[in-house]
Amino acid sequence: MKREFEKDTGVKTDIIELNMGPQHPSTHGVMRIILELDGEVIVKATPVIGYLHRGTEKIAENRAYYQVVPYTDRLDYLSPMSNELGYVMAVEKLLGVEVPLRAQYIRVILAELARIASHLVWLGSNANDIGAVTVFLYAFREREKIYDLLEAISGQRMNNAFLKIGGLAGDLPEGWIDGVRKFIKEFPEKLKDPDGLLTKNRIWRERTEGIGIIPRDLAIDLSLTGPPLRASGVERDLRKDTPYLVYDELEFDIPVETAGDVYARYLVRMEEMRQSVRIIEQAIEKLPGGPVLIDDYKIVPPPKDKVYRDIPELIHHFKLISEGFHPPEGEVYFAVEAPKGELGYYIVSDGSNKPYRLRIRPPSFVNLQALEYILPGHLIADAVAIIGSLDPVFGEVDR
Amino acid sequence: MIRLEKKGRNPFIVYGEEKSIEEQLRRNILLTTVDAMLKWSRRNSLWPLPLGLACCAIEMMGAFFARYDMARFGFEVFRFSPRQADLMIVAGTVTRKMAPIVKRLYDQMSEPKWVIAMGACAMAGGPYNSYAVVQGVDNLIPVDVYVPGCPPRPESLIYGIMKLREKIKQEREAKIL
Repeated sequence: MKREFEKDTGVKTDIIELNMGPQHPSTHGVMRIILELDGEVIVKATPVIGYLHRGTEKIAENRAYYQVVPYTDRLDYLSPMSNELGYVMAVEKLLGVEVPLRAQYIRVILAELARIASHLVWLGSNANDIGAVTVFLYAFREREKIYDLLEAISGQRMNNAFLKIGGLAGDLPEGWIDGVRKFIKEFPEKLKDPDGLLTKNRIWRERTEGIGIIPRDLAIDLSLTGPPLRASGVERDLRKDTPYLVYDELEFDIPVETAGDVYARYLVRMEEMRQSVRIIEQAIEKLPGGPVLIDDYKIVPPPKDKVYRDIPELIHHFKLISEGFHPPEGEVYFAVEAPKGELGYYIVSDGSNKPYRLRIRPPSFVNLQALEYILPGHLIADAVAIIGSLDPVFGEVDR
Repeated sequence: MIRLEKKGRNPFIVYGEEKSIEEQLRRNILLTTVDAMLKWSRRNSLWPLPLGLACCAIEMMGAFFARYDMARFGFEVFRFSPRQADLMIVAGTVTRKMAPIVKRLYDQMSEPKWVIAMGACAMAGGPYNSYAVVQGVDNLIPVDVYVPGCPPRPESLIYGIMKLREKIKQEREAKIL
């Protein structure tokens, strides 16, 4: 472009630098990108991250294992439950315990609700960035219903801290399952609103098709995970590849697209929401009775009535609350399929009541590095669509 | 004080036969002080700069959308440019790397301006007592209203803004630059 213009007119032009962010409505938080522009075309893009670095990993080294759970909530704050799930399951792997079947099914339901909630924010914000504001309103209408469900079990709309090492913080309240059933019955119908506004909309397709293509090889080289990887034609989903919880007993499909552009990522996430509904449906049908916590009082506090009556239980309770438990020495890595991709926790234990080191492998952070490769050659307006389609959350990217 | 004729007819239109000049003046002139007028107009159309930094930003968006609908109270005009805003909602953790930007955005806002610290992190660092986090945005800029919670519910944010309106109403004199 620059060269042509110079040849045509004889006027010398220059590359200009444009700073996008960290306070920008379309950077989904606090990312900064230094764009080098030739006219309106991006020549080079340098993402700058770290504006939300809160030192979660270092804080975790000074907290007992069970105290880290609320910090994991605040990593990917669009889907707190998935983050908790990854952490508590990593610690459970370290301890070598398996939670009761009922707790596993409830965890599956919660993780899938979190996936729907996270994808709804992505849907709303990506469409909003491109110019379809209405979709945001539809998306948040549904998200509020998930908030209501989460509030009913945990008492808070976001950042629930409901999963515990060894099970759940409590059993489901009466009628909660009916609420979920109602939600998943209505949700596919309600999803048709944004679907009808976007999927065949010519403006939407012009803005998204062929934009921000991540080729299959590049996606593998950058070790992308989650929807950006699956939209590039790689069928990888930890729920299928290394099944955890009870995912191997549930039937669902992994949506895969081959185009690798913004539109393909849109299709993948829309289909994932429908598959999550399927998973929740089956999990509700199969939901067994029984306890939701293991009965090892070295790991989970004993029930309150026992604490008040019996001395050994009182001592266990006191030890747990004041000190926590001591897992065996060793290292463990456990990853779950969070809405954004593979969310892994690597814990090094030195036998004390605190993690010696907690390393989080955040999917957004890894997915975000694709920006550098796919932004050049696009217009500034497309940059906004591409950032939105990668769905970064900065609590997680910067930790 | 704003005195409006409330009984029935529009005070700005003279109906029927011509009135005497005193009558017309009485119907067409509002008597008030500049202070009261400014405070009244300012508190009823606050334009927020949503400084969504972390989790609280999601609840701020929740307050904006259909269920809670901040537009009912007249402060739904989110401006992402500090030059057009007069209320800064700091929603989320202010880190040391972000601190200079928060300060600069505040400086870029034109007077009069107000600040709401939304959530525990913006109030006092929240759960993050670490090397990277500023322990409260009031270390950087003056804060008018604190909205506690982690994150606060949308109702809390709306209540906080209502409190700010009361505060603006009670200012002794309207700030004029």
